[in-house]
Amino acid sequence: MSDNGCGFPAPGLNSFLFKPLFTVGGFEFNKVMLLALVTTLVVVVFFSAAFGKAKVVPGKLQMVGEAGYDFVRRGIVYETLGKREGEKWVPLMVSLFFFVWLMNVWSVIPLAQFPVSSVIAFPMVLAAIVYITWVALTFKKHGFVGFFKNVTGYDKSLGAVLPLVMVIEFFSNLLVRPFTHAVRLFANMFAGHLMLVMFTVASWYLLNSWLVVGAGVSFLMTVAMILFELFVQAVQAYVFVLLACSYIQGALAEHH
Amino acid sequence: MIANLAQLAAEETKQNPLVPAGPELLIGTIAFAIVFFFFWKKLLPNINKVLEERRAAIEGGIEEADAMKVEAQSVLEQYKAQLAEARHEAARLRQEAQEQGAALIAEMRAEGQRQREEIVTAGHTQIEADRKAAAQTLRQDVGKLATELAGKLVGESLEDHARQSRVIDRFLDELEEKAEATR
Repeated sequence: MSDNGCGFPAPGLNSFLFKPLFTVGGFEFNKVMLLALVTTLVVVVFFSAAFGKAKVVPGKLQMVGEAGYDFVRRGIVYETLGKREGEKWVPLMVSLFFFVWLMNVWSVIPLAQFPVSSVIAFPMVLAAIVYITWVALTFKKHGFVGFFKNVTGYDKSLGAVLPLVMVIEFFSNLLVRPFTHAVRLFANMFAGHLMLVMFTVASWYLLNSWLVVGAGVSFLMTVAMILFELFVQAVQAYVFVLLACSYIQGALAEHH
Repeated sequence: MIANLAQLAAEETKQNPLVPAGPELLIGTIAFAIVFFFFWKKLLPNINKVLEERRAAIEGGIEEADAMKVEAQSVLEQYKAQLAEARHEAARLRQEAQEQGAALIAEMRAEGQRQREEIVTAGHTQIEADRKAAAQTLRQDVGKLATELAGKLVGESLEDHARQSRVIDRFLDELEEKAEATR
């Protein structure tokens, strides 16, 4: 941490470091892991309550659950993959959406106040699951040669530039794609958390220095950032699942 | 606090936010796997079944409503048909009554005509008979008067009854023939 003289503890990477809550045989269990497991618990408990004893005439909880389910199923999966092809991908996409969203939402929940998805391991796991699924599906659908044609965007009509396109497409689809898929979510949440911490710490710091107006502005910014983050959290979950669907769609597409 | 920060700062130097930690990868995988498993095996089949039932129920309701609509339509058609039939029947009865009335009037008119003709004929017959009787009487009276007149003019020779009667009749017949001829 650099000391610029005023002593303001600017938040940095240390905001993303947690001391282990407990250690079991060298396995350090920290707050982020706890939040990840609580995410699972909340999603499973909520949807069990909503869909466990689902009725034809829904209760309030079931209605809310159905609205969320319908949003992902109709709004994302059917829109990209179509109803017939999309149906079997619904469980994966619904799981991804609510898991990612809740991991993001922890950012603004009191006591938690940390987005699980701002730790690269979690987006990476999910991106890897989507990537492996996509690669396996492409192989299954098109065979070995078809797979390479699919991922390199093989198209004879391109003529002379075809080798160049194939190299770029191969690089972009097979190597960069899983990285960008994970990092897009990670970086958004990382930056959002940093902003929130920055304004929160600044409010407190300025108040302690008796700069009340500055503290007030900083606090208002904190509130504004919380609202903005709520929006970004939902958008990032949506984008993550939308991209997953579009990758699957690419695998299902007939090669041209 | 200071020592803590110093320790964290020390860790920070070797911290790369883009390098995942093994334990976190493991926890993340498990956490997501549980969510996926619940959704895939239990919760989504559950809700899909209910959504399907709801769709069926709504469709059933719509079908029922359709059936009722069809029934109402058929009843309406039936009523309309009955109404039309009743109207038709009424028109028919009115027509029949008119026809009957007309026939009755015609019949009565014919009857009156017949009676009138009968009366006229009877009158004519009576008049003819009277005329014949009058002619008969006249003939006898004229004969007698002419005979008397002739007897007075030519004496008693013409008193012979038989002759007299023959001559008179012949004369009168001639007269009659003349009258016939001039008519």
